[in-house]
Amino acid sequence: MDFQPTEDQRDLRAGVRDLLAGRYGREALRASVDTGAPLDRALWRELGEAGFFALRLPESEGGVGLGLPEAVLVFEEAGRALVPGPLVATHLAAGVVPGAAAGAAVVTAFDLDGPLVTHLGEADAVLGVSGLPAGEPVRSVDPLTPLYRVAAPYGDGDCSAYRDEGALLTAALQLGSALRTVELAVRYAGEREQFGQPIGAFQAVKHLCARMLVRAEVARTAVYAAAVTGDAGEVAAAKLLADEAAVRGARDCLQVHGGMGFTWEADVHLHLKRAWVRAEQWRTAAQAQELLARELLVSAAPVGPVG
Amino acid sequence: MDLTYTEEEQDFRTRLREWLAKTLPELPARPSPDDWPGRRAYDLGWQRRLYEAGYAGLHWPVDAGGRGATPTQHLIFLEETERAGAPYVGANFVGLLHAGPTIAAEGTAEQRARWLPPVLRGDEVWCQGFSEPDAGSDLASLRTRAVRDGEDYVITGSKIWTSHAEVADWCELLVRTDPAAPRHRGISWLAMPMDAPGVTVRPLRTLAGSAEFAEMFLDGVRVPVANRVGAENDGWRVTMVTLSFERGTAFVGEVVACRRTLGELARAAKANGRWDDPVLRRRLGRLHGEFGALWRLTQWNVSEAGRSAGGVPGIGGSVFKLAYSHARQELYDTAAEVLGAHSLSLEEEWTLDRLSSLSYTIAAGTSQIQRNIVAERILGLPKGR
Ligand SMILES: Cc1cc2nc3c(=O)[nH]c(=O)nc-3n(C[C@H](O)[C@H](O)[C@H](O)COP(=O)(O)OP(=O)(O)OC[C@H]3O[C@@H](n4cnc5c(N)ncnc54)[C@H](O)[C@@H]3O)c2cc1C
Repeated sequence: MDFQPTEDQRDLRAGVRDLLAGRYGREALRASVDTGAPLDRALWRELGEAGFFALRLPESEGGVGLGLPEAVLVFEEAGRALVPGPLVATHLAAGVVPGAAAGAAVVTAFDLDGPLVTHLGEADAVLGVSGLPAGEPVRSVDPLTPLYRVAAPYGDGDCSAYRDEGALLTAALQLGSALRTVELAVRYAGEREQFGQPIGAFQAVKHLCARMLVRAEVARTAVYAAAVTGDAGEVAAAKLLADEAAVRGARDCLQVHGGMGFTWEADVHLHLKRAWVRAEQWRTAAQAQELLARELLVSAAPVGPVG
Repeated sequence: MDLTYTEEEQDFRTRLREWLAKTLPELPARPSPDDWPGRRAYDLGWQRRLYEAGYAGLHWPVDAGGRGATPTQHLIFLEETERAGAPYVGANFVGLLHAGPTIAAEGTAEQRARWLPPVLRGDEVWCQGFSEPDAGSDLASLRTRAVRDGEDYVITGSKIWTSHAEVADWCELLVRTDPAAPRHRGISWLAMPMDAPGVTVRPLRTLAGSAEFAEMFLDGVRVPVANRVGAENDGWRVTMVTLSFERGTAFVGEVVACRRTLGELARAAKANGRWDDPVLRRRLGRLHGEFGALWRLTQWNVSEAGRSAGGVPGIGGSVFKLAYSHARQELYDTAAEVLGAHSLSLEEEWTLDRLSSLSYTIAAGTSQIQRNIVAERILGLPKGR
């Protein structure tokens, strides 16, 4: 047992971080917010070429042939960079929906409870559903996640086969966002001065930041472990803890930024709003907790897997 | 990232499991939590059995009398002993989990030979004399003095909250050897025999009603200079080694114990109908997820320490300690919800555990202090003025 990323895994993560920093850095992010264009087809295709969607497709089918641990590291980076679009659904559709693997197709999913679906207007397909249902645009809390209301009957059963993987990859996005908001808060706390010193020297601020890191680190190990074991309970725990780390992390980050945090200019609100969206996707906190509670009763000895 | 076990590790697990199944039924009845001499005898007896079976000091270096086992084997040991309901380290906590490892890391060959084998064999118990009435969180302000007189230090001062001091043979003692030096510079780390003339132990009653810790008065106590671990006035650095063991790995086994407790709690809730309350049920589910993650964080930290030189746990111990101490309190608050009014009865084991869980955010460095450490040493935020 050596529960540390291998050198290849570290390299992969660093490569994706570099790619995203160059292709979807802060200016690109703000530009898509300003133009209200959440999905950039060219970027989508570049992500496809970099193997983002085909990562877990066998090499014999034109994929990269890697596993969930690698996918999780890659999605963590996308979460840091706040890359918009139905990344998880398109990744899950690779090999199922033509064009998804290469990033030529945009695939969304009925991964929210109820009639709302994200990115329907930009999508070429909906995972597990034949044809593209019609939907009415709904004003979305997240400027980069458009929402549509679909008339009943809307499918859910059709993406249930993907629920665990969808939850895990979404958790990885949340994790990246959580770690990023820790960095943003720490950086701001070191720069902003009040009362003649950086606000980060004040314990109330310090402790907010420390709490953010603790939540993010617990979530990180949960996400990585779930990726390694693929265990449904661990996936549920990973989603639950990563949702919390992302949502509460963004809120604390906003608090550290003071009035600046409440402005459209600061990126904090983008992290918070996206984290809210993701918390509703694939597996909500209540669903995860119920699943974990059931598991407590069935497992005779609830101690980590043996062998 | 790999969470699988090698064949050798699986074998180790199987043999350990068999040994536990054979040995545990032979153990005497557990003494009551208040009976410290009884607990000492019981805990040492268990340690002796571990020693005889080759399970003592599993992860200690071989030249410190340990078995030099891999961190993974140590984790398997903790999983299996806890799963089987084996005794907790108890009175051996300080010796096995932080004084011993400190001596193994910082002591001379003679010091290791003198102090480590008796800890592993279950012959001697250690306690920790760090805190003083006016030096808790601000440990470096400690005032207990040690003045050199020939081959001895002569020690005067007092310590407080010293866990199981009453039944200890040795104390890892912090003393001020140079009052003129800056606070962190004039401290030394000594091994003090608890039966030395001038040592007085006065039990303190904890909020759980037990005499688990004590005050210690030191009045002209003579301790040989040879009992100093590390250089004179370099005790603060040695202390940091002790604390990184205390925060980094000492609680590892307890996470497993909490996971077992949680399973028992769920079954109790099912039995008394509280399970049907979705709020409580989800709280239990959440705790299950959290303790699972804390166990994984343990594996992460241990495999990280395994890659570092010397195996001294990293600063990640503070992250773990923060998350764990709060989760543990939440666990026993939830137990109280399951028990309802029965949680007011001291006859319920969970009630005693709930009381003792209150110390977790204080002992071994309060949560506030851990947050300072995380913020300043991991996140690099500026020190306050
Ligand atoms: C069950 C138990 C067993 C113990 N066993 C031992 C033992 O065996 N050996 C031993 O040496 N000690 C032992 N201790 C003592 C323990 O290490 C101290 O209690 C602890 O370090 C806190 O010190 P204090 O009690 O003096 O609290 P204080 O330092 O007085 O703190 C009081 C409050 O102020 C806060 N505070 C203090 N300084 C700061 C700061 N800079 N920033 C923010 N908040 C601050 C604290 O977080 C706390 O909330 C034990 C304690 C307990 C509860």
